[in-house]
Amino acid sequence: MREAVLPRVETAAPARMRWRPTQWLAHLILIVGVATFAFPVYMAVIGSTHDAPTIARGEMPLTPGPYAIDNYRQAWTSGQGERVKASPVSRMMLNSLVMALVIASGKIAVSIISAFAVAFFHFPLRMFFFWMIFITLMLPVEVRIIPTYKVVSDLGLINTFAGLTIPLVASATGTLIFRQFFLTVPDELVDAAKVDGAGPLRFFWSILLPLSSTTVAALFIILFVYGWNQYLWPLLITTAREMDTIVIGITKMIGSAEAQTDWQIIMATSVLAMLPPVAVVILMQRWFVKGLTETEK
Amino acid sequence: MGQSVTRRVVFPNRILPYLLLAPQLAIVFVFFYWPAGQALFQSVMRQDPFGTRTTFVWFENFKMVLGDPSYLGAVRTTVLSSAAIILLAMSAGLLLAVTADKPIRGAGVYKTLLLWPYAVAPAVAAALWLFIFHPSIGILGRALNQMGLRWDYHLNGAQALFLIILASSWKQVSYNFIFFLAGLQSIPRSVVEAAAVDGAGGRQRFWKVVFPLLSPTTFFLLVVNLIYAFIDTFGVIHSLTRGGPGKATETLVYKVYVDGVINLDLGGSSAQSVILLLVVITVTALQFRFVERRVHY
Repeated sequence: MREAVLPRVETAAPARMRWRPTQWLAHLILIVGVATFAFPVYMAVIGSTHDAPTIARGEMPLTPGPYAIDNYRQAWTSGQGERVKASPVSRMMLNSLVMALVIASGKIAVSIISAFAVAFFHFPLRMFFFWMIFITLMLPVEVRIIPTYKVVSDLGLINTFAGLTIPLVASATGTLIFRQFFLTVPDELVDAAKVDGAGPLRFFWSILLPLSSTTVAALFIILFVYGWNQYLWPLLITTAREMDTIVIGITKMIGSAEAQTDWQIIMATSVLAMLPPVAVVILMQRWFVKGLTETEK
Repeated sequence: MGQSVTRRVVFPNRILPYLLLAPQLAIVFVFFYWPAGQALFQSVMRQDPFGTRTTFVWFENFKMVLGDPSYLGAVRTTVLSSAAIILLAMSAGLLLAVTADKPIRGAGVYKTLLLWPYAVAPAVAAALWLFIFHPSIGILGRALNQMGLRWDYHLNGAQALFLIILASSWKQVSYNFIFFLAGLQSIPRSVVEAAAVDGAGGRQRFWKVVFPLLSPTTFFLLVVNLIYAFIDTFGVIHSLTRGGPGKATETLVYKVYVDGVINLDLGGSSAQSVILLLVVITVTALQFRFVERRVHY
């Protein structure tokens, strides 16, 4: 009986949305949350519109100043200020973009074919290989820093995009997710494809890949953010300035964080560094939330 | 992971599955297993100061690491900062999720405005908060000093650690928010309504009904946040304090990096890596036992 009452209660909810004290409290909590998230970004945006002396004197107002265009142009084209000496932000953004795209698409490509092999074939050592990929979840870069560095350096891949990306392209999570999904594909579909004379590769390309598109899209967003935000690995593998990613570039710009440094350039760079991953997450919000909550478990 | 389902209908190919697995297995072997093996090997070896001879020393390196007061200091810093980050990021995420789950005006807009910090790199979050808490140019840093609080994270270890905890938690709240909200939305309304009909008040409903039903999400997030606090705070620490002042903000992962990459102490750094590896394996194993249980629900 209670179940029958439910729909009415739920449709009645919007009508009950009047400004009662509990509603006020809810809005207050959410607004404080939104403001706490936005405050540091707002200050960074303001910081990127003033000149260095204003900031260094500790007199920066809470409103935008007149130097926005100059600062962003300077950061984008030269990356150099009075004290700050970095690569142009355009160059560092390009490095980050290449790294994020190669890592995201590489991880998806490599793990989708691994999962295909494990799910649609029977062959000796099948589960051994699967576990071998799976266990890498427990081996983050942080626990094997020096030896991994040595391997990359022996292969001559220091300061190359290959060294920056290939070691990060393996994906236990991706393999796991695609395998789980492939196991739900009905046998009848495979049989039908076989009857129609499709080989494994044809089946993969024409049937499995289109079926996986939502999973691929959701994973792509998460992996793009993951790739863009990499820190320790680029720090180890890139020593040449023109190979700096934008996130590493900011740390180098900050240096020892003197009051007298070019904060306006650092803040302009920080704002630019946030834009691509934040834009991807907000614009593809629905896929992102679905992908995150359904794939990470 | 739970079910070890195998498909009934498979392709009969003998060589293709190995070819499909080859790229990922090659990466995993060259960049994961080989270096991890090297770390294990080096953790029981010692190099003489000229790097000409290495000798097998049993568990000497481990004994030295565990007897080193600065290592125990790093353990303390890690435990302290992790506990603070987990507590802050999870309770804020839960509060926001519970509030956003209520039927209020603009819930969708709030949701969008609360999830984007997920996409900000830890090191960029560090730069933003540094600009606010800088002792001489930051808006809050200056305010604290004007209040006579002697704010300078360059000199005061506790203040430096506070800043790292703040920047790290700020970025992580939205991740917890997304998962708690998804968890709340998967709780059947009928259960909560039933409790209401039985006369349970709002607070009682939350602690006696909703929170226990949320426990799988809470446990999952506990593990993810623990790994985040252990490993991903590296970027925040490296760009904010480099482990200083003194060693006040040196965590276990940061110490592996410093001893290995900066001090070039191969044996000591490898022994630390192996200890860290054991921690990660324990935590991940816990997580998968939990996932297994969830699958059977």
